[in-house]
Amino acid sequence: MCGATEGGLSLDGIDVAKEAIIQGQVTHEGEPVENAYVRLLDRTGEFTAEVPTSATGHFRFFAGNGDWTLRTLAPKADPVDKAVTAAVGSVAEVTIPI
Amino acid sequence: MSRENSLVTAQWVEDNLDNPDIVLIEVDEDTTAYDKGHIRGAIKLDWTTDLQDQVRRDFVNKQQFEALLSDRGVSNDHTVVLYGGNNNWFAAYAYWYFKLYGHGDVRLLDGGRKKWELDSRELTDEVPTREKTSYSAEEQDLTIRAFRDETVEAIGDKNLVDVRSPDEYAGRLLAPAHLPQEQAQRAGHIPTAANVPWSKAANDDGTFRGDDELREIYTEAGVDWDKDTIAYCRIGERSSHTWFVLKELLGQENVKNYDGSWTEYGSLVGVPVALGDERGDA
Repeated sequence: MCGATEGGLSLDGIDVAKEAIIQGQVTHEGEPVENAYVRLLDRTGEFTAEVPTSATGHFRFFAGNGDWTLRTLAPKADPVDKAVTAAVGSVAEVTIPI
Repeated sequence: MSRENSLVTAQWVEDNLDNPDIVLIEVDEDTTAYDKGHIRGAIKLDWTTDLQDQVRRDFVNKQQFEALLSDRGVSNDHTVVLYGGNNNWFAAYAYWYFKLYGHGDVRLLDGGRKKWELDSRELTDEVPTREKTSYSAEEQDLTIRAFRDETVEAIGDKNLVDVRSPDEYAGRLLAPAHLPQEQAQRAGHIPTAANVPWSKAANDDGTFRGDDELREIYTEAGVDWDKDTIAYCRIGERSSHTWFVLKELLGQENVKNYDGSWTEYGSLVGVPVALGDERGDA
């Protein structure tokens, strides 16, 4: 989508004060990747959730306080792991180049 | 049951796209996914509107199920192949549902929509038209469906398998982390339940692990193969995935899915709840 900025996912309708949000965008050479899968792994590496990226490459999770790993899968690409820390009341913005 | 007659590969589906004896059905948590693109020839079932009663919390009844499949052009003789997003959570839920109503030949596409996409296989937005049929369902097979009283009685007796993520099991999260966490029910798990996240049964690409590996995972988690088993999650879809593994892939007898799951159990007055990573006592 033209004009989509980093962390451009709208938080309208979400009670940010009660959620530990992790969100962001998957990119390839600066362009959004719309058919990727992002999985959220807990501090032990166990699967917690997975979402496909949107048409603008965006994804979002409602996690809990603590350390998490984002694992990104996409066609014709190796999986990419990225560490992130979440806290209730804040939004952790992550860009994942693949 | 076994892997051979309950699971098909993406390549098998691609090779059978024009086979008139097969009906491909997509079932997704995100009910708009189909509209953005689906496997050629596939029809869509919406788990919220097609498969659930719109007033009470329950499934559509036998007559409604018959009317639904007749309208969508599925007959009793068709081989139904289900697939969907979220590693087939809702496709497995629909699979269990087809079994509940006695459909003869139903299978899951191994890896579901994700595997199909990661393989860069073709998707289309063309919606097929199918001739209506006259579908006839069986009465619900309650040997594969558990209700709340039976689940409470199973504490300390049968295998209870909580297939949610460790954080949901322990009570640190109330829903899968792609959903907002504010929920009405209490957090935690049914005392004595083993936590075997559904994801242990799947590879990253959504395909199921091999039978030996699967058997080892549940054995290590303390599942007693000589006992009856009840699987549950939050709303019964992830536990359908595990039900599929235990009953259909590993051929275990007496495995039930508790579709009320945590959204029911965690709202019951007076039942025991365990918090934290330990199983808790009966």
